[in-house]
Amino acid sequence: MRAAGIVALNTFREAVRDRVMYNLIFFAVLMIGSAVLVGQISVGIEHQVIINLGLTAISLFGLVMGVFIGVGLVSKEIEKRTLYALLAKPLRRWEFLLGKYVGLFITLAVNLLVMGIALFAALLYVDRTVVAGDGQIVTGVYFILLQLALVTAIALLFSTFSSVMLSAVFTICIYVAGTFAVDIKSIGALTGSAGLGFVTKVIYYLLPNFGNFNVIGAVAHGTAIPGSLVAENSVYAAGYILAVMLVAAGIFENRNLK
Amino acid sequence: MSAAIEIQGLTKDYATGFWRMKKKRALDSLSFEVQDGEVFGFLGPNGAGKTTTIKLLMGLIFPSAGTARIRGTSIEDVEMHREIGFLPEQPYFYDYLTAREMLDYSARFFSMRRAERRERVAEYLERVGLTGAADVQLRKFSKGMLQRVGIAQAILHDPPVVFLDEPTSGLDPLGRREVRDIILDLKKRGRTVFFSTHILPDAEVLCDRVAVLAGGKLQGMGTPREIMSIEVQGMEIDFELSGAGAASGALIAGATRVGSAYRVVVSEAELYEALDELKAAGARIVAVTQIKPSMEDYFFKLAAQGDPAAKKISHSIDLPGDVSANDVSRRRGR
Repeated sequence: MRAAGIVALNTFREAVRDRVMYNLIFFAVLMIGSAVLVGQISVGIEHQVIINLGLTAISLFGLVMGVFIGVGLVSKEIEKRTLYALLAKPLRRWEFLLGKYVGLFITLAVNLLVMGIALFAALLYVDRTVVAGDGQIVTGVYFILLQLALVTAIALLFSTFSSVMLSAVFTICIYVAGTFAVDIKSIGALTGSAGLGFVTKVIYYLLPNFGNFNVIGAVAHGTAIPGSLVAENSVYAAGYILAVMLVAAGIFENRNLK
Repeated sequence: MSAAIEIQGLTKDYATGFWRMKKKRALDSLSFEVQDGEVFGFLGPNGAGKTTTIKLLMGLIFPSAGTARIRGTSIEDVEMHREIGFLPEQPYFYDYLTAREMLDYSARFFSMRRAERRERVAEYLERVGLTGAADVQLRKFSKGMLQRVGIAQAILHDPPVVFLDEPTSGLDPLGRREVRDIILDLKKRGRTVFFSTHILPDAEVLCDRVAVLAGGKLQGMGTPREIMSIEVQGMEIDFELSGAGAASGALIAGATRVGSAYRVVVSEAELYEALDELKAAGARIVAVTQIKPSMEDYFFKLAAQGDPAAKKISHSIDLPGDVSANDVSRRRGR
């Protein structure tokens, strides 16, 4: 387990050295720009617009980072052969996978934290104050983090057996399908066909349900997020990630690194 | 002496074809042992199965059949990796790290404390001649410099068994010499070194024993001397004549002029007879040199041997057709 920690720290260092954190500058510029602009063009709903825009941007930035770093976590190491010397050390393959995953998770968490602070700063600029309901933003950011943790695990899974390009395509497909998981189930039910209904139900349960994590609208409108949803989403994400990581480890443990 | 590396029937098949139904055998029932403290050379042309063997031992790929143990521990056990160091072929490391950071990263897996790591990293940077470039990112390193980093990370934790895959390839003469010195130093300190190479002189200088692989099969194993001695194509005699036209004889008549001297090639068996003949003719012997086939000749011969079972190379192996005793005789007086 200690070995996984060493890999995780190095993965985080790689992200920092590869200037992944530069996206924070873009985000800061976006937030400052929109805060100034929104203050001028919207009356009465600046607060909502800023939160909506901010959380959506956090989600998008995080998603791009999670997918594009995630898909290269393992396959890039194999392609560049950096993995060869590493696996000759007392490091189990699953520890390597876990380390890479945790390293990217830390990278995403730090990014989200900084972007969340920037969002608060933009709100403060527009409203000149922070209200109690803004605390929901923290929950919104937490849900984005859970969603990204899930997407990253899926990207990592594909990365264990596929190329960077294909892994990216697969992960994005799963993300899109997972976002509309509920609709897929509904379509099956609407057709009235028992067979199709069953198939869409199975797909619904197999796909990660990303719709559960989208609370951006609720947060922007100051609607309270129930504690039960926080708990359910946390357990769901943890369980799904564990399952995906186990499959990834199973594949990677048996892969010949030619 | 106990066995540092035991390999028994190691076989590797790769699935090929669109449906991956066909099988290509990359390694065929490889069996041998490397003793503790030995420097063991693993020779063979490209595609012989050298890297496949090393990858199997490192756990990077999995055998289709057979087993291997390193210092008594199965290669499947990750704890075995505490006992080894590994330099991959054409190593590539995280290019965003500096050489110092890379070595520190490697050392962390061996539970070294920070102070020990710092000391050890500085020592090994010095040893591979990279102290001056210690804080330069690896993306700015040449191939030779990366090779040195690779060697340093392989031996940094002072493992009892070191695997080096083509350690001297891509290095300039000075770099090759430094790598040779490192290997000799490891030997002096009682470490077992297993290295693959297609550069025969390296094996000749460094190895206690060598194994030769071709077409995925072990073709022979023995000391470099055993292997090289059977491959002597002939003896080259360089001589000078004191008085022009004074000497005569078939040997001198057929000699080739090389500058102010003459050169003649005879078979090993005919050497002393030829020397006597030259001396009698008043020639001054300048040099006598063994003629050995090129590495390519040697591997070509092994590859052309078909499918023999692994065997000990001995003097009973025939010379290849193009380097036979008859051929040497024919070359007399070229």
